[in-house]
Amino acid sequence: MGFMILLLTGFVLTFTAPWIRRRLRKWSLPVFLLYPLAALALLWNISETIQKQSAIAVSLPWVPSLGVNLSLRIDGLGWLFGLLISGIGALVIVYAHGYLHHHPQENRFYGFLFLFMTAMLGVVWSEDIFLLFVFWELTSISSFLLIGLEHPEEKARKAALQALLVTAGGGLALLAGLVGLTLITGSSNLSVMNTLNGKIVQSELYLPVLLLILAGAFTKSAQFPFHFWLPGAMAAPTPVSAYLHSATMVKAGVYLLARLTPALGGTPQWHTLLTLFGLATLLAGAFLALGQTDLKRLLAYTTVASLGTMVFLIGLGDSLAIKSAITLILAHALYKGALFFVAGGIDHSAHTRDLNRLGGLAGTMPFTAFAAVLAGLSMLGLPPALGFISKELVYEAALESASGGNALIALIALSGVTAVGIWVAFLPFWKKPDEQTARGHGEEITLWLPPVLLGLISLGLGLLPGIASKALVQPAVEAVLLKSTPVKLALWHGFTPMLALSGLTLAIGTVLALNRMRFQPAVQTILQTLAPISPERGYERGLTGLKHFAALQTNFLQNGYFRRYLMVTILSGILLVGIVLLQSDSLPWTSFTPPRFYEVILVGVILTGVFSVTRTSSRMVAAALLGMMGFTIALIYLLYSAPDLAMVQFTIETLSVILFVLVIYRLPQFTRTRGGPPAVLDVVVSVAAGVLVTVLVLTLSAVPHDSLVTSFYAENSLKLAQGRNVVNVILVDFRGFDTLGEITVLALAGIGVFALLKLSGKTEAIRTSSQEETK
Amino acid sequence: MNVLLAITAGVLFGGGLFMMLRRSLVRVLIGLLMISNAVNLIIFTAGRLVPARPPLISAGESALQPPYADPVPQALILTAIVISFGVTAFAIVLMQQTYRSLGNADMNEMRSTDTPVEDEEEAAS
Repeated sequence: MGFMILLLTGFVLTFTAPWIRRRLRKWSLPVFLLYPLAALALLWNISETIQKQSAIAVSLPWVPSLGVNLSLRIDGLGWLFGLLISGIGALVIVYAHGYLHHHPQENRFYGFLFLFMTAMLGVVWSEDIFLLFVFWELTSISSFLLIGLEHPEEKARKAALQALLVTAGGGLALLAGLVGLTLITGSSNLSVMNTLNGKIVQSELYLPVLLLILAGAFTKSAQFPFHFWLPGAMAAPTPVSAYLHSATMVKAGVYLLARLTPALGGTPQWHTLLTLFGLATLLAGAFLALGQTDLKRLLAYTTVASLGTMVFLIGLGDSLAIKSAITLILAHALYKGALFFVAGGIDHSAHTRDLNRLGGLAGTMPFTAFAAVLAGLSMLGLPPALGFISKELVYEAALESASGGNALIALIALSGVTAVGIWVAFLPFWKKPDEQTARGHGEEITLWLPPVLLGLISLGLGLLPGIASKALVQPAVEAVLLKSTPVKLALWHGFTPMLALSGLTLAIGTVLALNRMRFQPAVQTILQTLAPISPERGYERGLTGLKHFAALQTNFLQNGYFRRYLMVTILSGILLVGIVLLQSDSLPWTSFTPPRFYEVILVGVILTGVFSVTRTSSRMVAAALLGMMGFTIALIYLLYSAPDLAMVQFTIETLSVILFVLVIYRLPQFTRTRGGPPAVLDVVVSVAAGVLVTVLVLTLSAVPHDSLVTSFYAENSLKLAQGRNVVNVILVDFRGFDTLGEITVLALAGIGVFALLKLSGKTEAIRTSSQEETK
Repeated sequence: MNVLLAITAGVLFGGGLFMMLRRSLVRVLIGLLMISNAVNLIIFTAGRLVPARPPLISAGESALQPPYADPVPQALILTAIVISFGVTAFAIVLMQQTYRSLGNADMNEMRSTDTPVEDEEEAAS
């Protein structure tokens, strides 16, 4: 239950954090820290349960009619992610306190941050997939808000929109996939789904569901070809990049794939798609990273590469691969978060993130340099950091998979990542400064303490692999595979092929790193040549196309001419009703009653009136014809037992014609607007609409007529309402309130008429006075 | 007769629509009036035609004796006639005001009703 309250508190904090921050200023830091620390305490509290490979579950009914519950379940995987989210979250709060000091959006930043933290915890703790989806979308939204924090800048707004469109578009696909999964399994409960692998895999919906869910996971975790939003998201302030776009949010897709492995995995499709996209992402990320000079973009592309590795490993799916994926998630969150913090510190101190302008900062920023070395060791995969263990595992898993090419691709890509690691972690501090180099000015404790802590944890876990494997990795692996899997991580495995590959990676990486000036321009040239076919360009084209289409459609449907609106509406109506009528049976003519001769005359009068009205060019004739038609209709009412209608029609028609004639003399002649294109289309549309109305009336009168309402009024109007004229009784008694409404409408129309006339008097007065002045 | 009335309603509706598609504001208004009459006829005909049996309870009876004309569509049409008069009155005055402030009654020229003619002249000068 504590977890449920924690999440609710998070949402409350979302709205109150800016206010707290404004009120308490500096002292808001300890208050804000309470939230992630409370999460950590809760998680610590259940650590024994987690070690025993069981889980904590809470459930509240939410939408019982749909079988959707507000249910949380924290198992090994959720626990590990929870630790990362709240632990790194606490450090981000500390870091942001220094980094965003005096930032104009500082107060609201904390609100967005708590929204994200809560949503992310919700994603990894949800037991119900629709609850998970809601939290998933909330992370997309908070990411949008955080990337766009510097909203006065166009770049930030564009990047925020791009990230939102890509991840929320994927979110829509994910929702469809989850609905499909629920249709197959009949449950929205993750644990239940994870036991129904056979049923899901054999279903004919399996492939579409798999593709949709992968679309959601791949866009979220920035897999090729959706990777481009992640470097764009670097427009966000560095604490956001460290937290959302490397340590936690982008891993949500990986989390989902790991979580659904028992339900969806184990098939050739799963295996092929995940390994293929994973490796493509790994290669693309590493290659793109080599072309960058901005610290944050370098880190962003290597994050893409690492995410690709994780997807690849989950695609392999055996226990070794899952073990190595979980270790990589842990190691990557620790070192990449730290390196982002370091990059932000450098930016804050030297006011640039350009590799070409950085160097010799070790003297002015010793603690940041120390943190960079700690994290760099892990990124390069050097012992004794956790990154070393994880890289060994990646190679082991790649080597054990069927094709040897996997290991080769991993070798090439990871060498590139290693080179980037050297650039980011060592170049800014130890490169010899030259005339281009920016000067750094000191460092602040809030900016170096978080990365140092992360680096130390990374080192500590590497030195004590027993704790890492037993306490952190094993429960998560078991939660993914749903079976007991002993995990033993070790620094030293003896002389193995993995060690050789690790050494080779390091060697190639170092060579690449040292020759940066020589080959980086070449990479940049290649990237520029490829730019026209890059997925990012595709996204831009799609967006422009969509805008063009919207403009085209709007111009066609709503071009500002009244007749176009009317025409479109009527044509759509004719089309829709016409289709239904054509599909129904042939017209029933049974209800035909022969007309009497005076009825024929009345109808003839109306028809003549219609034709003359459309042809006359005199306003007076038109008014007279209108009146004639109205009175004839009144006569028809009279003939067919509706005396009340006839009387009202006589009165109203007279009034209308009088009003019309009074006003009409102030209006121009018809002849003024004569000419223009021939009205063939108008005639066709009008005739079609007329025919449709005729057919509709005939169809309506053929439907058997038995109305309960009518007989009720027929029997009760004298009994209950003491009235003999049933139509009157309906209007003033049974439906009295409707008549009141009608009176209100009339009164409003009257007020409108009055106001318009009054208004005209004024403008006229103004106009005449100004005319007199000009005279 | 119902077939005849159905055709009448159709012609009235079609003719009204044709008028509403004209450029002259006055014709659009005439079209509107014709269409509201046509719709009343549609409801009336669809509610069955019963000659010479108005829905009145004669003296000595306690309820309507069949056959009788359905009072429900009649009540409906009565309301519709009155409301359409309100609409007509408002539309006529609105039309007159539009003409007065814009200086023309051509639908095609009325693309920017929110900027009165005077303002446009100012902007041009």
